[in-house]
Amino acid sequence: MEQVKKQSIKSSFDSKPKYIKKKLSAKSLILVVTLIIVAIIQLYPLIWLVLVSFKDNTEIFGGNILGLPKAWRLSNYSSALISGNVGIYFLNSVIVTATTIIISSILIATSSYAITRMKWKYSKLTLIIFLLGMMVPIHSTLLPLFLILRKLHILNTYWSLIIPYVAFALPMGIFVMTSFLEGIPKELEEAACIDGCNIYQIFFKVVLPLLRPSLATVAIFTYLSSWNELMFANTFLNNPNLKTLPVGIMSMAGQHATEWGPILAGLVIATLPTILIYIPLSNQVQKSLMTGAVKG
Amino acid sequence: MDKVLKDKKAIFLFVFPALLIFFVAIILPIICSAYYSLLSWDGIGKATFVEFKNYVNLFVNNKDGFTKSVQNSFILATLSVVVQLPLALLLALILARGVKGEGFFRTIYFIPVIMSTVVIGQLWMKIYHPDYGMLNIILENIGLGRYAHAWLADPKTALFAVFVPILWQYIGYHMLLMYAAIKSVSPDIYEAAKIDGASEFKIATGITIPLIKPILQVCVVFAVTGSFKAFDLIYIITNGGPLHASEVPSTLMYNTIFNKYLYGYGSAMSTFIIVECLIFTLIMRKLFEAKKSKEN
Repeated sequence: MEQVKKQSIKSSFDSKPKYIKKKLSAKSLILVVTLIIVAIIQLYPLIWLVLVSFKDNTEIFGGNILGLPKAWRLSNYSSALISGNVGIYFLNSVIVTATTIIISSILIATSSYAITRMKWKYSKLTLIIFLLGMMVPIHSTLLPLFLILRKLHILNTYWSLIIPYVAFALPMGIFVMTSFLEGIPKELEEAACIDGCNIYQIFFKVVLPLLRPSLATVAIFTYLSSWNELMFANTFLNNPNLKTLPVGIMSMAGQHATEWGPILAGLVIATLPTILIYIPLSNQVQKSLMTGAVKG
Repeated sequence: MDKVLKDKKAIFLFVFPALLIFFVAIILPIICSAYYSLLSWDGIGKATFVEFKNYVNLFVNNKDGFTKSVQNSFILATLSVVVQLPLALLLALILARGVKGEGFFRTIYFIPVIMSTVVIGQLWMKIYHPDYGMLNIILENIGLGRYAHAWLADPKTALFAVFVPILWQYIGYHMLLMYAAIKSVSPDIYEAAKIDGASEFKIATGITIPLIKPILQVCVVFAVTGSFKAFDLIYIITNGGPLHASEVPSTLMYNTIFNKYLYGYGSAMSTFIIVECLIFTLIMRKLFEAKKSKEN
């Protein structure tokens, strides 16, 4: 059977090799050109964004909106950062996102460990409740959360964003982490136990280092959702000094509608960290965002 | 080991903080939201219980265009399924054939997925700008100037104009899901089909697509529920206007709650969105299952 297969492959290649090769390459060319065109469509608006962010109003509104800027001026960037407050928004986004990632990673790791490894009656039920959270759209929680946060007197503080962001990071994170934990052998933990470690030493010294790869997946996911989040940030913060990048840039664009240069410079600044993370880690970022779909 | 793993205090410390945040920011708000939807309430004064009157008002004697917004979300869902997904599938099939620079193309197609919706929204507003936008200028340059117009201000084109950025942002995501599924199909199957002389088109329609059906179904569910929940890009680009032409349920809900202070009525809208998503997910799952059993 195997031989027959091999032979037929060989003969099909031998019969008219040149013809097949030529036909394939012509077709491949068309397909590659299609791929390149789509790549340009996906990339060109971004290149345009970067180009325009270096132009001044006379260039933008004077006919040179598509071409290269005449001079690469940084004045748009400095006016976005200083008079447009993008520097402050950037800092706010960093604080909120970093705190969210740290807290959610710790909570996801500890609770996933307790759910998969430790022995208690309601571990399964707790897992199911957390996983159901993946189906909840943020709209449905918007108004009640607003009222709850107001009652707790934490509206207009970083916590009004960090708490919801952590909560919405938990379901997906626990889903990833519990399935990862199930694939880790228990021997190391048992050995540590025999050596006299208590549960905290076992978790923090033995288990936590092993969780690093899936913690990275979770952190990427959490980064993207909190760095880009708009609806909560737009609702829970009024103080201009606390605004995160998405909200800050939106209000800047609303107030200075004709200042295209600084607005687009602000957009570039807001996107830069994401792109800097994405370029070296593109495969991991792609995998991280696909985990939600594969569960289904 | 068992004794260590039954440590009640440790279990509590590991799980309780996560559970508390999850309860306060997700579970409690959902319950509240469903309850608010039965009230007539402006958020400050006294709330009166009106049973299902809010829900009746959504569809009967409705003056704020809720039915129109639901209709728009159905148009968006249909466009996503019949335009976005086939394009994504085509790209995935081409890319998975194994061209040079496969990873490079994948990386580029995915960039819009990880970007902030504010950045994408602002960018496309500039692209659509009637006088200085890229789209009209390109149309004029290629001699199609008569088609140039105010895309976002014209009720006839506004909905399609906001669909294009949605398509542009998420096509890479669907493409990647399908691509990963195609790549996981064993190459032996293709070899065998090629030996039997099947054309590439036949292989795609007869083998690849049936084999990746599960992920295609996930994509359909994502595209439909995503359209029902669509908020960010529409809120940024048109905020539902002009004259509700691009209004979707979530933008209407946002404005009803935070601009008109109709807390009960707005909550009925948000509850409607969740229930709508749940029902359609169930219906689609059932349809797919029925089809499957028929085929067997």
